[in-house]
Amino acid sequence: MPKRNDIHKILIIGAGPIIISQACEFDYSGTQACKALKEEGFEVILINSNPATIMTDPETADRVYIEPVTPETLCKVIEKERPDAVLPTLGGQTALNTTIDAAKTGIFEKYNIELIGASIDAINKAEDRELFRDAMNKIGLRIPKSGFATNMTEVEQVSRRIGFPIIVRPSFTLGGTGGGVAYNAEELSKLAKAGLDASLNTQIMLEESVLGWKEYELEVMRDHADNVVIICSIENIDAMGVHTGDSITVAPSQTLSDKEYQKLRDASIAIIREIGVDTGGSNVQFAVNPENGDLIIVEMNPRVSRSSALASKATGFPIAKIAAKLAVGYTLDEIPNDITGETMACFEPSIDYCVLKIPRWTFEKFPEAEDTLTTAMKSVGETMAIGRTFKEAFQKGLRSLEIGRSGFGADGKDPEPGSVAGNDLEYKLGTPNSQRLFYIKYAIEHGMPITMINELTGIDPWFLFQMKQIVDLEKQLKLAGRNLPKDLLEQAKKYGFSDRQLAHLSGGLTDKQIEQERKDLGIVPVYKLVDTCAAEFRASTPYYYSTYETECEARVADKKKVIILGGGPNRIGQGIEFDYCCVHASFALREEGVESIMVNSNPETVSTDYDTSDKLYFEPLTREDVLHIVEKENPFGVIVQFGGQTPLNLATDLQKAGVPIIGTSPESIDRAEDRDQFQAMLDKLGLLQPENGIAHSYQEAVGVARDIGYPVMVRPSFVLGGRAMKIVYDEKDLHEYFDLAVQASPDKPVLIDKFLEEAFELDVDAISDGETTIIGGMMEHIEEAGIHSGDSACVLPPYSISQTHIDEMADAARAIAKELNVKGLMNIQFGIMNDKVYIIEVNPRASRTVPFVSKAIGVPLAKLATKIMLGQTLKELGFTEEVTPSYYCVKEAVMPFDRFAKVDPVLGPEMKSTGEVMGIDKDLGAAVAKAQFAAGQKLPKEGTVFISVQDKDKQAALPVAREFHEMGFTITATKGTAEFLGENGVPAKRVKKVSSGRPHVVDAVKNNEIQLILNTGASSQTQQDGYEIRRAAIKYKIPYATTTDGTKAICSAIKAMKREALSVKPIQHYHQDN
Amino acid sequence: MKALLALEDGRTFPCKSFTGQGEASGEVVFNTSMTGYQEILTDPSYYGQMVTMTYPLIGNYGVCPDDVESDRIQVSAFIIKEYQEFPSNFRSKGSLADYLIKSHVLGIEDLDTRALTRHIRKSGAMRAVISTTDLNPDSLVEKAKAIPAMEGSDLVEFVTTKKPYFWKYNQPDYVDTEAINDPLVWRHRGKRHSVVAMDFGIKYNIIRCLEAAGCEVLVVPATTDADTINRLKPDGIFLSNGPGDPEPLTYAVDTIKALLGQAPVFGICLGMQLLGLAMGGKTMKIKFGHRGGNQPVKNLDTGCVEITSQNHGFAVDLNSLDKESSVLTHINLNEASLEGLKNDKIQAFAVQYHPEASPGPHDAAYLFNQFAKVMENAKA
Repeated sequence: MPKRNDIHKILIIGAGPIIISQACEFDYSGTQACKALKEEGFEVILINSNPATIMTDPETADRVYIEPVTPETLCKVIEKERPDAVLPTLGGQTALNTTIDAAKTGIFEKYNIELIGASIDAINKAEDRELFRDAMNKIGLRIPKSGFATNMTEVEQVSRRIGFPIIVRPSFTLGGTGGGVAYNAEELSKLAKAGLDASLNTQIMLEESVLGWKEYELEVMRDHADNVVIICSIENIDAMGVHTGDSITVAPSQTLSDKEYQKLRDASIAIIREIGVDTGGSNVQFAVNPENGDLIIVEMNPRVSRSSALASKATGFPIAKIAAKLAVGYTLDEIPNDITGETMACFEPSIDYCVLKIPRWTFEKFPEAEDTLTTAMKSVGETMAIGRTFKEAFQKGLRSLEIGRSGFGADGKDPEPGSVAGNDLEYKLGTPNSQRLFYIKYAIEHGMPITMINELTGIDPWFLFQMKQIVDLEKQLKLAGRNLPKDLLEQAKKYGFSDRQLAHLSGGLTDKQIEQERKDLGIVPVYKLVDTCAAEFRASTPYYYSTYETECEARVADKKKVIILGGGPNRIGQGIEFDYCCVHASFALREEGVESIMVNSNPETVSTDYDTSDKLYFEPLTREDVLHIVEKENPFGVIVQFGGQTPLNLATDLQKAGVPIIGTSPESIDRAEDRDQFQAMLDKLGLLQPENGIAHSYQEAVGVARDIGYPVMVRPSFVLGGRAMKIVYDEKDLHEYFDLAVQASPDKPVLIDKFLEEAFELDVDAISDGETTIIGGMMEHIEEAGIHSGDSACVLPPYSISQTHIDEMADAARAIAKELNVKGLMNIQFGIMNDKVYIIEVNPRASRTVPFVSKAIGVPLAKLATKIMLGQTLKELGFTEEVTPSYYCVKEAVMPFDRFAKVDPVLGPEMKSTGEVMGIDKDLGAAVAKAQFAAGQKLPKEGTVFISVQDKDKQAALPVAREFHEMGFTITATKGTAEFLGENGVPAKRVKKVSSGRPHVVDAVKNNEIQLILNTGASSQTQQDGYEIRRAAIKYKIPYATTTDGTKAICSAIKAMKREALSVKPIQHYHQDN
Repeated sequence: MKALLALEDGRTFPCKSFTGQGEASGEVVFNTSMTGYQEILTDPSYYGQMVTMTYPLIGNYGVCPDDVESDRIQVSAFIIKEYQEFPSNFRSKGSLADYLIKSHVLGIEDLDTRALTRHIRKSGAMRAVISTTDLNPDSLVEKAKAIPAMEGSDLVEFVTTKKPYFWKYNQPDYVDTEAINDPLVWRHRGKRHSVVAMDFGIKYNIIRCLEAAGCEVLVVPATTDADTINRLKPDGIFLSNGPGDPEPLTYAVDTIKALLGQAPVFGICLGMQLLGLAMGGKTMKIKFGHRGGNQPVKNLDTGCVEITSQNHGFAVDLNSLDKESSVLTHINLNEASLEGLKNDKIQAFAVQYHPEASPGPHDAAYLFNQFAKVMENAKA
């Protein structure tokens, strides 16, 4: 069946901000889909609130609505655009849920709009556990004993029927929020309550536990003609009980015989047919009893998922692109396989390597949260590694993780042998956690039998044995010491050992000595192709991975080429924004006729799509791995300034090895990072920075802080995302902090700055060719200084800064760019206090805000920066004038607090957000409102506002309270705040603090008596009462603000909403207005 | 233990034996299935071949007596990237290495199997020798050149059953050769379709599939003549898969010619090639063959695509067939080659691929029911 021509205009729904369980993979899938449909001549409309995505680039779709992904906004866009069809299966769970809710309004029938990909019936059948269970029973498949409950009485009844342990699964949630495993009645009661709260339809399923069973996933695709193919099988190394997003997984499946694999395949095909996913991809998850092969269906996602992104990267088969084409009528046998160019997409990829995915967690950001893994996902990113053996892929994956490890231990960072043993070790093995792999290593070293490790972890002995082989070889290497025979060295490389590990094990040689010795022996990696077909056909797409084999397939072109180093796994502080910049760099190179070569290890991203760059090397971003590629390709230059901290950390080493770094020099980058040099530069330029000092010990720190005067901001040097950064108000605070900071960054000193209390803070992104510097955008933070810029909402252009200060900042930026000879992008953070402009930080590289600014002003800054690195000037590029939009763009951060029980959701100098959204409107209040909705805060237009602020914020809170009162809101407040408001003429109802007995404010929240919470926290320590309120806000999804400035912004947003309904407008039209 | 693989065109691959000492020879081919190594090892169609698995990790789930496709290992050697000495699966009854050693079949590892695969893709399947005793590249290449070519050799005689058998308790139940001279040999006549399966190297799972489709299968040696078969008054005749070149199997072609039109015929793989020859067509050797579990085949009747299991190095030349009587039913989507044909006049149909899977996907299992249906219609 060829392409349909009864539809012309298609609306694609994006996934919104990056949150835990919904990351870059939906930019990857959405971008592929948009491109594919545009290629086919469809008019493509997109709605997505995430500015850091490639899919929201004005070029990706005909009209891009950077608006909240909510049912209300979706309906507005539909009314305006009247598309023929809506494609809801490429934007994750958010897109599906939004579609279901919009469908309830009848809008699809009203405008005769077809849902393509999956119908509402199919979505419901897969998503609603009861319907799903019936469907599975109908086709003779088993799902766990289970029952539904909508209240606690039902919970008890159902649990008696099932027996412990019981899995609690809320219906309709992301990444299993609110789910968990209950081993006893007490735990069940806790989990069930949380689950009922988290579920959109107040329903949970209690399920027979299949803890310890093996977990598999199959990626399935189906077309209109009912052709079904399996793209990839994935085996979870972690047994059932750990969310698949938190599981280390391997592709293809390793421990299934063909008979068992075909059972899963048959079941997957039956399921996609029964659920009725007409076209596109689905993901089916299985639990298999390791004792007897019994099969249980865990779940089915009737959409493109995180696993399908992984499957795409693991096999080379572009699932999202094909899904989009199937949705518009093509059948699988009509679509060519791009990778081979000579076969069709209707086949099942065969791979001849082993692929590992390892999740990246950031528990270090949330010290209050327990580092344990359950059925609720907690990781924020992942890496993928490819090797010819499991062992090679495994060690490559571990050194890609950006956790400071060079492989499976053996890098000098393991604890003393024997120091981890006994009960502690058994606990760490028995309770899944982010470090469990390393504990497995210690257990093996400790002589624990594989059978016992298997019993404790539930991890299949096959995987454990692979790990044991690595440990055994490590022992041999250690024994060999400095005299490493050739075959042992060769075997070590085949087992994935890095030079760093080998140096460590040699007991004295350096990485470079190992490297030299290895090269002298001719032991260097080769590059093999990911080709979907295990070499059966010639592949045309150059997508490579390294391995230690004999034949190299890299086709090195004899032309100008540039290597772009990507950002590695997403983590807090380094996410999709940097991938966006890398992708733009690649586009720019293509425009300039320069071969683009991408190096990255993150399977979720657009940068690792096979057709983003001319060549893709799916490799760890370490000195060793990057140098190998450079040696093979011999590029004109390497770009390090787009991928965030990961490539920057390599810059100096690479340069020393003779690699041509293009753009701003590593020396300049260092000059901005190094305190003394930085100070000297600012002095030279006559610029101010907050008083500061550096301390190598606690004693020194005490002295410095005294000299500067409290409050001070303390942080370790060379970190991204404000890791371990803290505002310290007195010496006691300082003492408490110091151990943590030194831990956070071992051989780097601690920096101490005067904290600019209640200053204005601004982020400025500029672009420079060394001569000319143009300000890309100035963003005024909504929150006061002291909140990490990544977590602070901000507004472009500034809304309360005087022109004098704006000019002063622009001048400063130009002076700094010139002084540092910036070639490319630069970000400066300014603080304004008492009429003085301070330079807080300079980063001569792409910043997190580059995509936001680019979207706001309609200029692709990263692309221009790339062309500058190739030698062009801004004048030549035609970007010589600053763009100040005639509308407001608001960036709001999205926080993961709902994932981490116990964590106090207050903002501070350490970054905690996972993603961001953008709100655009000519009215500032409306732009703030859009950003709030996009970030998941459902601002009320009426009802009750709860206000509780600390004493120092009371004056600031008064006008806000008054405005809410005047808008007709009821104000409730705790005793102190209520009295203060009353004295000042704002009537406020009193409600008890949690510590003052019941009914208290949290009861009121639960009873749906409060629609908005404004609560500012204590400065240096968590106050229990405030904490309870804030957690309640998150739990019951009540919009809240924790700073006075945030409070004001929300107030202005609600005012704007009351004035006029929020409108929708595509980004292209905003740009035209400028 | 050190070993060397030498190809007839002079390329050599140093490697290691994981099954001890030995020397083996045959045609090197590659298979792209990621699972199912035991089924592949025991598939008689691989007789005389040394099979390279493109998936690098093999041995993962051990071996299990239920997974065999014939009574012995058929490959002459097994070539993999990394042998997995620690099998893990609840059905596993032993390790792959022990299994190979017991049958004196050489297994080698630690070579760049992707490089080997690419070489075969470019240069075609070729003769080769593997040795742990003779590590001299020159002498080994000479040995490889001296192996008889697969083209023109009758390999069926080495794999076909010596004695006829029925299928009972999931294994062969042999009967005396003379027993099949008696038309009353059938045990379920009238209740099931009486199918004579000519064994050119039949896979057990074909028999299982036929039985599951309501047939009683009597497997007979490849040399069984047409008269004997006709005397049995079968409801249908099945032509099995098997190794090597169909052309030298003139005795079989003659038998089939004589049987055509007497009863419905269903052929698989070599069975289709022999049917093609019997219908006056020609066969040819293809460059490196199709071996794997992911070949897309389009059913021209339904328009649907089946993902199929394949294993063949020879094929029927589409152009050689009489277009009037032979209808193309299935084509390979990757290269539009012949995958299935039928002749309604003589109620014969055949496919080049393996609907019995094992290993591989079950998409084409419907063909066995289709055969049953044809037999039913013929009776009616």
